[in-house]
Amino acid sequence: MSADTPLQKEPESSQNPPVDGSELIRFDKVTKRFGSNVVLDNLDFSVDSGKHVTLIGPSGSGKTTILRLLMTLLKADEGTIKVNGDYLTHEEKNGKLVPAGEKHIREVRKNIGMVFQQFNLFPNMKVLRNLTEAPVTVLGMSKEAAEERARDLLELVGLTEHIDKYPTQLSGGQQQRVAIARALAMRPKVLLLDEVTSALDPELVAGVLDVLRDIARTTDITMLCVTHEMNFARDISDAVLMFDKGRVLESGPPEKIFGDPEHDRTREFLSAVL
Amino acid sequence: MNWDWQVVDDFMPRFWDGVLVTLQALAIGTLIAFALGLVWAMAQRSTLVWVRWPVIAFTEFIRNTPLLVQLFFLFYVVPNFGPSMSPLTTGIIGLGLHYSTYTAEVYRAGIDGVPAGQWEAATALSLSKGRTWRAVILPQAIRRVVPPLGNYVVAMLKDSPMIATIGAFDMLGEAQAFSNETFTTEAITVVGVAFIVIAYPASLLIRALERRLVR
Repeated sequence: MSADTPLQKEPESSQNPPVDGSELIRFDKVTKRFGSNVVLDNLDFSVDSGKHVTLIGPSGSGKTTILRLLMTLLKADEGTIKVNGDYLTHEEKNGKLVPAGEKHIREVRKNIGMVFQQFNLFPNMKVLRNLTEAPVTVLGMSKEAAEERARDLLELVGLTEHIDKYPTQLSGGQQQRVAIARALAMRPKVLLLDEVTSALDPELVAGVLDVLRDIARTTDITMLCVTHEMNFARDISDAVLMFDKGRVLESGPPEKIFGDPEHDRTREFLSAVL
Repeated sequence: MNWDWQVVDDFMPRFWDGVLVTLQALAIGTLIAFALGLVWAMAQRSTLVWVRWPVIAFTEFIRNTPLLVQLFFLFYVVPNFGPSMSPLTTGIIGLGLHYSTYTAEVYRAGIDGVPAGQWEAATALSLSKGRTWRAVILPQAIRRVVPPLGNYVVAMLKDSPMIATIGAFDMLGEAQAFSNETFTTEAITVVGVAFIVIAYPASLLIRALERRLVR
């Protein structure tokens, strides 16, 4: 099963080097269990570079697990994950696939950025340093270059005037926009969005989604998104994957999934959330 | 009860010697306890079993045996196979080591109190292990542990007279020796007051620090 629905979307800027149409993420027979509970069941799927893919489905269907596996916050029990052509947690040695060392994982992981439901900003650092810490210490950017980029990103998310504040001085929506900027500061090829508006007060949701729409429109970053905001999913997605019981039940362009789903299970789920 | 200021006056030279020993033991003992406790706390979280287990066993052992036994062991037994140190040095190391196993627990609680999301964010940004500890986890953990750590400083001050048993005469040790030699009791009272004079401002300092750190 595949989510590679080629779409006629031209990248407009070059935040990331364009690698149009090539496969950026591939899950190959990935299984993840928690105890006896099989969360992902022999899952195959792939995402092409530059695409925006939304994962939907009832809770417990494995959507968030996919993001956490990609971010190496969880480890798959079986199967392999490839990112940008490299195995994420495996290495090839003498023609055999073995668990990768920390260095290899770090290198491949740099392709990936993540925004969390709970923001997870570093409360002991001001907004600016939240954005520069990793670029300076991980990517080896100069402090000046990292700060310049941080300023650009804060402008993008509309928070320039809050640069010298601590995260706790900001509203939830502002914190989440900082978190988006922080993830982008690492210039990832893939941005993982894990229910990024679920913890926000309703009136703050729109501001965050607007920023994400903007990023989806103006950059060629690949997005993998778990959300309950179906309108947002319809707006930005090239493909929607409906998950159920650790498998992809069906996938296709948003018009198809939201307008004319094949499975009753999808229809039930959508009528429950829409 | 007769109070003789002349006795107090006679005691003063030895009192100041004792104060110096007490303060040295407290200051250096605290540094050892704070530094070593952090090492224990981090080692106890190590993914390597051969690091984690010995450290857990060692700290449990120290925490569950009396300080007095440890002081005797360091002073009388260790020189048989290891270095032989002055009473004061031995006393300071004994105090610092003993209290490091308590501060380790404080640090552990502080580190456990940092939300899992902070570790996840650090992973997501590919921060190195060292950077994650230094820039993210410890600054947040330290804030939570200052008050309980401060309490152990005061507790250590109150345990410091024990080092007199191996011949490092702190202020109480000096007072007791002086009183025995002169058949007087004033010196003990002087030292009792001295403990309050040191401990109470220390408590105030800790509280001030606590207010500053809790944002």
